[in-house]
Amino acid sequence: MNTPPEPLADLRETLADLVAAEDVLLFANAAITATGQREFRSGALDQQLSLDFLHTYVRVNYRRVYAASLALDINDHNAARIVLGLLETAGEASADERRTEGRLIAARLALLPPQRVYRLFGEVRRAGINNRRTRAIMRNWLAARPDLGHDAVKYRSGVKTAARHIHLRCAEGAGAEVGAFLFRPGKLPRYEHPLLDAWRRAHYEQGAVAELPFTVAEGFAARHGMKREAFLKRAAPRMTRLERLRTLEQRAVGDRRPDVDLTVMPLTRLALYVLALPFEERVARRTELTGALRTAARRAAGRHAGSWGRVHAVLDDSFSSSGSGQKRRRPLAVALACHHLLEVLAAPGAYRGLWTSGRGDALLVRPWGPTPLGMRVLDALEPGQGGAAPDRLVIVSDGWDNAPAGLAGEVLRVWRSRLDPGRRTAVVHVNPVYDAGGFDVRRLAAGVPTAGIRDAEDLPALVEIARFAEGRTGAAELHAYLDRRVALFLGEGHRQEKQEEEEAVS
Amino acid sequence: MNRLELTGLTTRPSQVWGGVRLVPLVREAPVDGLRLHREVYERLGAGAVEVGPRTRYVSYIPHGLVADWSGDGEGAEGQGGQSAAYGTQFGGPDAPRTLRLPRPPLHRMAKRRPGDRLRFLPLHLALEGYLALHFGGPSTAWEEWSRRALRDGLSPRAEDAYLGWSVRGLGDALRIFEIHPDQCGVMVYVADALAAAFVVPHPEDYRLLHASLVEDLYGELVHQYALYGAPVAEFGARLGDGAHIRTLADLRAAARGQERAWEEAHEALFARELLDSSYGFDRVYRMGSFTLWRFLPPFVRDGGGQHIGETITDHKGQVAYLKTFRLSDAQIRRGYLLHVLAGAEWELSRAAATLGSSREELVRRIRAAGFSELLKGNV
Repeated sequence: MNTPPEPLADLRETLADLVAAEDVLLFANAAITATGQREFRSGALDQQLSLDFLHTYVRVNYRRVYAASLALDINDHNAARIVLGLLETAGEASADERRTEGRLIAARLALLPPQRVYRLFGEVRRAGINNRRTRAIMRNWLAARPDLGHDAVKYRSGVKTAARHIHLRCAEGAGAEVGAFLFRPGKLPRYEHPLLDAWRRAHYEQGAVAELPFTVAEGFAARHGMKREAFLKRAAPRMTRLERLRTLEQRAVGDRRPDVDLTVMPLTRLALYVLALPFEERVARRTELTGALRTAARRAAGRHAGSWGRVHAVLDDSFSSSGSGQKRRRPLAVALACHHLLEVLAAPGAYRGLWTSGRGDALLVRPWGPTPLGMRVLDALEPGQGGAAPDRLVIVSDGWDNAPAGLAGEVLRVWRSRLDPGRRTAVVHVNPVYDAGGFDVRRLAAGVPTAGIRDAEDLPALVEIARFAEGRTGAAELHAYLDRRVALFLGEGHRQEKQEEEEAVS
Repeated sequence: MNRLELTGLTTRPSQVWGGVRLVPLVREAPVDGLRLHREVYERLGAGAVEVGPRTRYVSYIPHGLVADWSGDGEGAEGQGGQSAAYGTQFGGPDAPRTLRLPRPPLHRMAKRRPGDRLRFLPLHLALEGYLALHFGGPSTAWEEWSRRALRDGLSPRAEDAYLGWSVRGLGDALRIFEIHPDQCGVMVYVADALAAAFVVPHPEDYRLLHASLVEDLYGELVHQYALYGAPVAEFGARLGDGAHIRTLADLRAAARGQERAWEEAHEALFARELLDSSYGFDRVYRMGSFTLWRFLPPFVRDGGGQHIGETITDHKGQVAYLKTFRLSDAQIRRGYLLHVLAGAEWELSRAAATLGSSREELVRRIRAAGFSELLKGNV
């Protein structure tokens, strides 16, 4: 006769739900921003320990959510870790869960760059995971590769490890040559496969070097003592998009730069490229660079373009946005990319971007000075053209506010409670830096939704998920959102372009 | 003059990392006609300085500063003589990065360089002043004083200090500190005790010298506070419930008020011990309208921190350059004891009377302070 009264049970359930929802968002933010690398304020070891804990915690307590986060815009580092974690502890899942996980893993592996997947397979081997299911997953992924011969040349040890681990049959057909290439090198006098054969010839013939994928050819070029400029010129057609961007400055002869279409580059990468250029060059190439950034932003915005109304943004270009030796200028690049993306997302002419340093020229930003975020937020809240308050305020910052500390949070809190209780203006804070000590990205104020961000391109999707962080929408809605994302992810292979990025363009 | 004048410098909100709090000091306009440059020494700073005839000062000396009051520091790169960045050059590609000094020993603490330049050793100037406190010893041969003390005076003394790298958290705090555009100085607090103050005349000098703070000397107390102290609290802005805020302009005014509140709190609470003390100034060098001083605190025992240091002031007595070193309690005690003894002309009974204690007690204190070799064995 001791049944607890109904309302209490309800309350308990809601609280647990809320905690669960918080944990999910926490993990999503971490999985988007953290890569276990050094950040401006914390070292690599702190980052790794913090991330380790978070992965174990979420995997043990919310296994379904842990798997589902593969469908979100998390970064590749965490995606690979999740896959490894799921495979490692397959025994803890029910048969039904395993089926969903398998599909999610397969879909995610298809999106990951191949070098990541090969590294993951190496970790699978080191962890001693070798069951029928794991082998099937690996075999299916290898079977879906467009050209195993290309992989065998470019990711030689990776392919070898994977093939050995799953006992891949390399006996008959096209596979036979790859098998011979990997396990019995030097046995065949020549290969049918053009790349395998080029690799054989490249040992003694300079002409064959240019036929190989760029990273492999680089090694041979060094061995043959080829001149860097000449080599780059010949290798250019076989580079991937990012390799072209990376070697752009090396391939320049005097003032003449090889004709590379900057507009096809992804927005954040492009911003990183721009920030790596010296000021004089940015000024000299102003039209070209701004044009490329705008085009990339338009492409990233896609169907969202012009739909956000009046947008004001506060962008952090303080010294801390210089990132670390491992993530050079990443926070600043995200801010610069967001600046251009928001310009496209806003209604025409209704965008205002404010840098914390007070500088006005987005192309010439540099990480310098303190972070007077509070004052800049106040400036951004001022009515824009026509005296109307902004519809959205977007803050791109690492969450550290030091002139004075905490003023931005206070300003936003008082402004929300006193001046804008009706929520005319939606505020969202996106943060590119994972805070190892707090197991999350740093927040500005309790009432301001914060989302982690890695690529500015994901901004529209992140603003959607940040909604849940405000605590105004329930846990049920969050789970519904996750289910929707999973369905979308398994249904159609969007973000195809990411996959293509690292593939050889032949 | 007997006080430090920090007019012209405004305090900006502090930046905290662990137990270290750094308070930036910003100048509206740089001091006219004076620039400071750094001079880097080889052999990791192990150096000996010839202070006088047959007198040497041996210490860790990582760098020297060169004061340039020729007034052509602004954009005078290359036009006659040495350019603005004298020791550390980021300017031309062919400029030497460090100045190679062929010696120890360095000659003199403060040494004139060709042109309107003066090289001096930051902090060592002050430390040497402290070490040589009443170096001469008694002028009358009191029977208590040992033969050695009468012949040599206060024998060479040594004081311990810690390198900035070994002050826990200081290196990280300096690395992630965000320098203000017009910043000309910084106050370093460890566990919210003032560890050092550093002021230079020009923001560009500050940017070059900021990192040198980690190579400076810090007192024993600072090292202990950093090692055992807990992280200090940020003084975050608080706007209360905002009951009186009706418009955006009100909100802005309230936010400005928070900035001002910090500035006042800093001067009243934090920097009080540095700014309200009266010091004994000792002129080291005159250079045009600027003067290089070293100063000693009054050695009163009121429990507050006491700082020695050196400063360059202009003709109005305003501080253009400042560097301080916080003495530990033991160092303050020693200084106080020497002061009292010197005041009583080294007569033990008189000194004991000044202190209000017995002769035996004073002897015990002298021995405890590490000056036992001054006394004869039978005292």
